Amino acid sequence: MERYICAIVLILAAMVIALRNLSKSYETAEGRLEVLRGIDLDLGAGDSVALTGESGSGKSTLLHLVAGLDRPDSGEIVIGGRDISKLDDRGRAGYRRTEVGLVFQQFNLVPSLDVAANIAFHAKLAGRHDPAWENELVERLGIGTLLTRYPEQLSSGQQQRVAIGRTLAARPGLVLADEPTGNLDEANGDAVLELMLSLSKGTGSTLLMATHSRRLADWLDRQVHLRSGKIT
Amino acid sequence: MSVRSIAFALAVMTMASLSGSQAASEGFAGLGSAAEGFSVPQPGLLFRFPADHGPHPDFRIEWWYLTANLEAPDGTRYGAQWTLFRSALAPREASGWSSPQLWMGHAAVTTSGDHFVAERISRGGVGQAGVVAEPFSAWIDDWQMKGLAAPGSDQLADLNVTAAAKDFGYELRLSATGPLVPHGDNGYSVKSAKGQASYYYSQPFYAVTGSLALPTGNVAVTGKAWLDREWSSQPLAEDQTGWDWFSLHLDTGEKLMGFRLRDAGEGFTSATWITAEGRPEPLPAGALQIVPVRTAKVAGRRIPVAWNVRIPSRGFDVTTTPLNDQAWMSTSTPYWEGPISFGGNVGGRGYLEMTGY
Amino acid sequence: MTTWTVATALLSHWRRRPLQFGALLSGLALATALWSGVQAINAEARASYTRAAVVLDQNGLANLVSSNGSSVPQSAFVRLRRAGWNVSPVVEGDYRFGTTRLRVIGIEPLTMPAEAQTIDLGNAGDLLSFISPPGTLVVSAGTAEKIRGQTDLALRVSDRMLDGAAFVDIGLAQRLLRRDGELSRIVVAENQRSGLEPLEKLVPTLSVREPNAETDVEHLTESFHLNLTAFGLLAFAVGLFIVYSTIGLAFEQRRPTFRTLRCLGVSLRVLAVLLLAELVLFALAAGAVGVAIGYLVASLLLPGVAATLEGLYGASVPGTLSLRPEWWVSGFAIAVAGTLVSSAQSLLRLTRVPLLAAAQPQTWGRSWQAGRRFQVLAAAALLALSGALLLWAEGLEAGFGVLGCLLLGASLLLPTVLSGFLTVMQRTSSRALVTWFWADARQQLPGLSLALMALLLALAANVGVGTMVSSFRLTFVGWLDQRLAAELYVAARNEGEADRLRTWLATKVESVLPISSVDAEIRGQPMQIFGVVDDPTYRKHWPLIVGLPDVWDRVASGQGVLVNEQFWRRDRLRIGDQLDLASDWKSTVVGVYSDYGNPKGQVIAGINALTSRYPQVSRLRYGLRIQPDQVADLRSRLSDEFGLPPDNVVDQAALKEQSRRIFDRTFLVTGALNIFTLGVAALAMFSSLLTLSEMRLPQLAPVWAMGITRRDLALLELLRTLVLWLVTFIAALPLGLALAWVLLAVVNVEAFGWRLPMHIFPYEWVRLGLVVLAAAVVSVFIPLRRLAGLAPSDLLKVFANER
Repeated sequence: MERYICAIVLILAAMVIALRNLSKSYETAEGRLEVLRGIDLDLGAGDSVALTGESGSGKSTLLHLVAGLDRPDSGEIVIGGRDISKLDDRGRAGYRRTEVGLVFQQFNLVPSLDVAANIAFHAKLAGRHDPAWENELVERLGIGTLLTRYPEQLSSGQQQRVAIGRTLAARPGLVLADEPTGNLDEANGDAVLELMLSLSKGTGSTLLMATHSRRLADWLDRQVHLRSGKIT
Repeated sequence: MSVRSIAFALAVMTMASLSGSQAASEGFAGLGSAAEGFSVPQPGLLFRFPADHGPHPDFRIEWWYLTANLEAPDGTRYGAQWTLFRSALAPREASGWSSPQLWMGHAAVTTSGDHFVAERISRGGVGQAGVVAEPFSAWIDDWQMKGLAAPGSDQLADLNVTAAAKDFGYELRLSATGPLVPHGDNGYSVKSAKGQASYYYSQPFYAVTGSLALPTGNVAVTGKAWLDREWSSQPLAEDQTGWDWFSLHLDTGEKLMGFRLRDAGEGFTSATWITAEGRPEPLPAGALQIVPVRTAKVAGRRIPVAWNVRIPSRGFDVTTTPLNDQAWMSTSTPYWEGPISFGGNVGGRGYLEMTGY
Repeated sequence: MTTWTVATALLSHWRRRPLQFGALLSGLALATALWSGVQAINAEARASYTRAAVVLDQNGLANLVSSNGSSVPQSAFVRLRRAGWNVSPVVEGDYRFGTTRLRVIGIEPLTMPAEAQTIDLGNAGDLLSFISPPGTLVVSAGTAEKIRGQTDLALRVSDRMLDGAAFVDIGLAQRLLRRDGELSRIVVAENQRSGLEPLEKLVPTLSVREPNAETDVEHLTESFHLNLTAFGLLAFAVGLFIVYSTIGLAFEQRRPTFRTLRCLGVSLRVLAVLLLAELVLFALAAGAVGVAIGYLVASLLLPGVAATLEGLYGASVPGTLSLRPEWWVSGFAIAVAGTLVSSAQSLLRLTRVPLLAAAQPQTWGRSWQAGRRFQVLAAAALLALSGALLLWAEGLEAGFGVLGCLLLGASLLLPTVLSGFLTVMQRTSSRALVTWFWADARQQLPGLSLALMALLLALAANVGVGTMVSSFRLTFVGWLDQRLAAELYVAARNEGEADRLRTWLATKVESVLPISSVDAEIRGQPMQIFGVVDDPTYRKHWPLIVGLPDVWDRVASGQGVLVNEQFWRRDRLRIGDQLDLASDWKSTVVGVYSDYGNPKGQVIAGINALTSRYPQVSRLRYGLRIQPDQVADLRSRLSDEFGLPPDNVVDQAALKEQSRRIFDRTFLVTGALNIFTLGVAALAMFSSLLTLSEMRLPQLAPVWAMGITRRDLALLELLRTLVLWLVTFIAALPLGLALAWVLLAVVNVEAFGWRLPMHIFPYEWVRLGLVVLAAAVVSVFIPLRRLAGLAPSDLLKVFANER
């Protein structure tokens, strides 16, 4: 456990992302399914980009590749100057731990930890535990009364707020969000998204968010549209 | 059920002499023919008393066989039987459990409506059963035939006979009013045309007083009794299947002992006419003729219970009637044994025994 | 939709989850196996006791025995017969055929009451050869095998006969046993005619021993069988934990199927009946396998059990098993009953939960946690009850009650203790991953606690029984050293030889200790009275528990006697109590000695006091004190001078060795059952972990996403399992020791009549710990491999798909 916690990155820098000719396919029962077919994409430091497209257009897969959760069949994912697709399992785990913040549609939280521990969890893993910053996040997210609760005792909206807190508490250079408000009603979703955007702007993180909603995509700096695994 | 089977074995060996049953001819050591080291009766021997009242262990089988025709003061008729069989596995005697002598007792009381039976089996050598010639005593367990006569006098002249079982018992006092009677040739009694024989004598002259213990209560009785003594080693011929045996007290004071051994043909009959004074007059083979006149269903089989008994040479012709058709001895080897009365040209009472049916 | 289609839909669940199916069936089968195995052993043993009682002792009939322990004269039998009593003589004793010692029972078949004639002596011809010279031995097939060629007597095999015993004719028995004209007892038939003279008048020196409803052996071995049954039940309970958790999960996982079926118009009743039928079908299938394995287990264990019963109680049990309906039917019954009990909750929930409630496999077991307060209360009540029983109740059942309450209470407490421990560990850790490690362990607790409770039971039983056996062994070996003080033991073959032996030995050994004993009935119990000479050997070595300071002087002078511990405890004797040893012999208890391995009471008196009351007592056996280096020499001289066979001269070392061997064999079975139980507990753990591993993905995926590799996650899983096992193991130690204490100080006293000091054997714990470690690794292996082999896409599905 030592090695995770001791990997301290002192200087936070927003990430520059360059994706080159990225392809990914899966074996399915119906045969080979080409999910991404030669994606090229550049994100500047501090950019916030919305990834839009129909269901099955490859948004999630692209996000997973950038997060280092999975490896591409071919192409490069250069982030902060190195190609993470060349990293092994351990290297990619270290990259996720220290440089990436993830917000998914659901199951973002560690069910065995209460809200306070969840918020501190990633920050501690990344070696950037900062109680003052976490307190500020808790206050701005309005989850101060939930700190001793467990994830299963929270509503979906509350869970997503905690997930955002958990992500931003670690001050990641890159925040990746996959339909973060997909399970929420519109009002609640808008509020959560607004918070996420303003907080990630505050930390200077680069943000890549997958959404199928044009309306939400408009809130971000830029939009990239995917169709059948290609950027259009 | 080993008791049953040993009793059966014992009974078969003993009753083989009476019945020549199937088991015997199939071979309890070929009992019917060979004697296997046992002594064999020879003609010309004279009985020596009291020694011959006692057991003869070198002979295979022997019995002390008492039948009594009794009557209560109210005239109700009864029959009583007390029998002790001896059967030897080997022709010797030894003390303790190694004795090869086996003993079996049968006791019965017959009324017109009931027939009570009991059986006892015992090993010899330890004192549980046995016979002593003088002072005379024959016993098995608590059943006893005890001589009361003074030493030196006829040991069978006065007897006290007791038997007891769960549902009946009796105590009889016997006094002989006549002498002992040898059958056949001075006690050598031939049993077949092939020469099988036994030693055989009787005391047919007992006057009886005593009491019967029955489920309905005790009954004082008086009457007449007949004791048979017989021993042998090879008493039956192979083809003999059973016998019908009569002991008759004639109203004239005379007695008749007669039997027929059945075989595939006419059978072999033998009889002794006994005068009122006790003189035996052995009759030649074939002199006695018996013919069934009525059969009854007894214990699942047909048995001739009434007989016409004739001795043409003596002008004797009677028909017997049983006191109880169902006088069935349901012992290890079952047989019919019961009191009878008879009428014809002379009346009287007696006992009938039938085996092998 | 036909019922069959519905059934197919329900059953398809198991086809997709073969491991779960396997866990269910094997858990049930194993549980049934141990239960029916133990039942099979018990049934076999009980049958043989009954057989022994009926066959050998004419149990159920009264017997006339000598009032003063001497033999019964044969004349008494004849007197009774001639008085009209329906009685039969028996003479019995031990006789050696070659190297095989047999219990020879001489009977008289003609008078033996029909109700006591259980051995078929065959047809009339066989019967005549039974009673005629040379004679026939009626023996079991096993015994016949042993003594064939060792005797000229004819052998007749009866399948109703017991090993180690022979029926012979009474005359032959008297000859073999040299007891001409003597009887051991007289059997009195139930069927007697009325008006008989009373027995006390006919045979005043004999007394009537009334038939026992329960045989001596049955009474003595009761504790042993209770012990086995307890083990069987424990194993079964442990097995049920598996069944319970598997069925619970399967129901939860099939909830969507149930929902769909209900929506398609299948009534709740049809669904419930089908599920019930499915369970009963599984139970019967597993029951069949279980009974088969049980038969195997029992056949493997039975020789050991037979040896144990023989060694401990002298009870003869055959080493081969027969298929008795009383145990295989009970095996099926308990399999079905167990399945229904463990599925009752799930079935009930099926009928209660609304049609469209969402499936929640990940929170399955959570409701159980809510009941933890109740568990703690129940545990406290059980522990209190255990204490109360210990203080105030009496008897073997109470002893086992103490054990049961203690074990159940402690295991109910385990989840709370574990949860407390994990909470403390979580609180005291600051690093994120460490905190998560403990927190996650705690979260898994509801799903694992049943298996952990099973494990606790199995481990505690292991530690407890192990400690008991080892303590017993240590004490026993020390006691043997004291008890077998003489260097050489010699037995003469007859009194004349004994006289010559005494004279010859007088000048050659330091002292000659006669070993004389008579059988007597004291305070209504059959026991032996030994006579001892006044010798320093006894003063120095005899293992006294309590005694007056001048105890040996009093024994030597005939003023007092010693009693063994079991007699002392059973009858609550005190020093100074008066004992009626025979009709004309009273004496005072002056001391108590330990006497392990003897089920019966025993009294030691001065030799003079004994021989004056029993002049006919046999004086054939002696203990000899000599220098140890002279043993071999004296041995060979004894054999040269007297021609004594080797069996008649036994040295101390051989005797001790034999005793130890019997002891070790005695507890072989216990050890084997221990291992089996542990095996079932390991399987319970395995199936629970397997169950949990299916629900682990949502718990592990976020941690993985935040940068912990799958390999590290798997390692942590392993570590977590090991920690849980370890904590349970540590918790099992004090519980096991408490168990051992109850066994030694309560159950043993009730069962055997002796109390043993407790010793601690940490080395055995280490060994057990290693076994446990191995089992833990095995149990976690498959679930772990599954986890380590997960593809990222499997983990990613957690975040995206509606599950």
